[in-house]
Amino acid sequence: MHPVAETIQRLFPNGFEKAVEWREDLAIIVKRGSLHEVARFLHDEPELEFDYIVHVSSVDWPDDEERFEVVYEFYSIRRRQRIRLKTRIPESDPVVDSLTDIWKGADFMEREVYDMMGIRFRNHGDLRRILLPDDYNEGYPLRKDFPLQGKGWRDTFEFLNETAR
Amino acid sequence: MRDIAKSQPLEDQRTSVYRVDPEHPESESLPTLRTEELLLNMGPQHPSTHGVLKVILELEGERIVKSTPVMGFLHRGVEKLAEDGTYHQFIPHTDRLDYVCAMYNNFAYCRAVEKLMNITVPERADYLRTIVGEVQRIIGHQFWLGTQALDIGAMTVFFYTFRDREILLDWFDELCGARLTTSWYRIGGVERDLTPSLVQKLRKFLDYFPPKIDEYVVFLEKNRIWLSRTKGVAVISGEDAISFGLSGPTLRGSGVDYDLRKYESYAAYPKCEFSVPVGKNGDTYDRYWIRVEEMRESLKIIRQCLDQVPAEGPIMADVPSVTLPPKERVFTNLESMIQQFKLFSHGFDAPPGEIYCGTEAHKGELGFYIVSTGGGKPYRLKIRAPSFIHMGAFDHMSRGYMIADAVTIFGTYDIVMGECDR
Repeated sequence: MHPVAETIQRLFPNGFEKAVEWREDLAIIVKRGSLHEVARFLHDEPELEFDYIVHVSSVDWPDDEERFEVVYEFYSIRRRQRIRLKTRIPESDPVVDSLTDIWKGADFMEREVYDMMGIRFRNHGDLRRILLPDDYNEGYPLRKDFPLQGKGWRDTFEFLNETAR
Repeated sequence: MRDIAKSQPLEDQRTSVYRVDPEHPESESLPTLRTEELLLNMGPQHPSTHGVLKVILELEGERIVKSTPVMGFLHRGVEKLAEDGTYHQFIPHTDRLDYVCAMYNNFAYCRAVEKLMNITVPERADYLRTIVGEVQRIIGHQFWLGTQALDIGAMTVFFYTFRDREILLDWFDELCGARLTTSWYRIGGVERDLTPSLVQKLRKFLDYFPPKIDEYVVFLEKNRIWLSRTKGVAVISGEDAISFGLSGPTLRGSGVDYDLRKYESYAAYPKCEFSVPVGKNGDTYDRYWIRVEEMRESLKIIRQCLDQVPAEGPIMADVPSVTLPPKERVFTNLESMIQQFKLFSHGFDAPPGEIYCGTEAHKGELGFYIVSTGGGKPYRLKIRAPSFIHMGAFDHMSRGYMIADAVTIFGTYDIVMGECDR
């Protein structure tokens, strides 16, 4: 196992779930409750120094019990290595702790995840929609149950059949 | 109108307007004006926002107290669209992300898919990719320099940079038939080879361009307005810039040496010698200086690549299940035609897994995070767009500066809303 993953497994035995290495990418999967402290450790530990936040993303797995996956990607400018931190959350309670207090850049990235996937970030401070309008109430577009083709003006034309619309 | 003016309670206004400033008791005899914060809506069609972007500025006098970017006017749901198309079909969508710099977007995307599919690109294709990528970087920086100077008030530079940009756009036209939305890169290689005429034109440009960069610089570095509007404006410290996730010249301006071409080297960059300019003060001027220097470095890279590129060799990896057959074979060879048809209708089967691949585009780190569950379509495709992430630091960087500086700050990120809103 990758040394970083081993360290995390040793220090957070309850939170650590597994580590995956594929195509030279290291991904560490942790339990939701310990996401914030693991992230804090990755950022503050002088041996690791993951001081740069690359992106925050989310994946929807509708068939799974814990439906959403929140993905964080960090980079260490000094040590020039990457790490991916992931956690799973259920649809009934889609909340994770915000990392805005560790990386300032997480602010907009988490707002985008909220906007697109409907995942809420605790202690975020300014969790509003960012790309879609504030009053958009048709759901979260990147969920798998959101239709790919939206309702358009042409749908109101009754003389057009299904395919022509 | 007159009635309304009359009905205002004059007495009240006076008592609230004139009061003694407690911080300056020496001015007790002088009445100070009452101040209150003013909300100003800038955009969404402001000529200097480089697209449709609205910013709500909270002002105290002319100083910005807080700014709230409102984005998404150009949101087209590109990430959702990606989930419904094959990997090949997404290449033209990447053109429309940062439409000023389409080639490099193609490059970043193809690199990500190649990482997912574990494909090695032939050497000649690697060189071609690097050459065209660097030409695109020059175009991007020329475009940036022209519009940034135009925003700040130095109009002349715009004409000069666009004159030279035209030469390169025409070169693209000859290369792939399009000036802006190019789609020249393919997964596993490139679409077509450089012809001798293209090489000759590019070599001519390499000799033509360095004096022109000096020309731009003369226009700006002797211009007092340019200097006073860029030096010490929108300063961000290296620590903050890292924390915000800034990248590219915006990060390097703050003295952080972070360039993926150098430190996660790809394509033909490891075989080229070039330096990464790094700023000191983290202000708009340093970011300008970095971009000008990067144009010179790009010329160096192109020259080295043109000298080193192997004269013969394939420009597409030979992985029939993934890469496209050469076009001339498609029209003459049945198997190639079937291969082409199958790749475009069904796509190729990607192994289940997930990758992130970042590439140093001229704005910053353009990354693609792809989740695959097998099959011909990506399960999830996330674009790490530098413009979007740079906007996250807008509030931090604009506080305390003038309204007019807000325009400078949009410019200094080199923001393109197509990429920001996706």
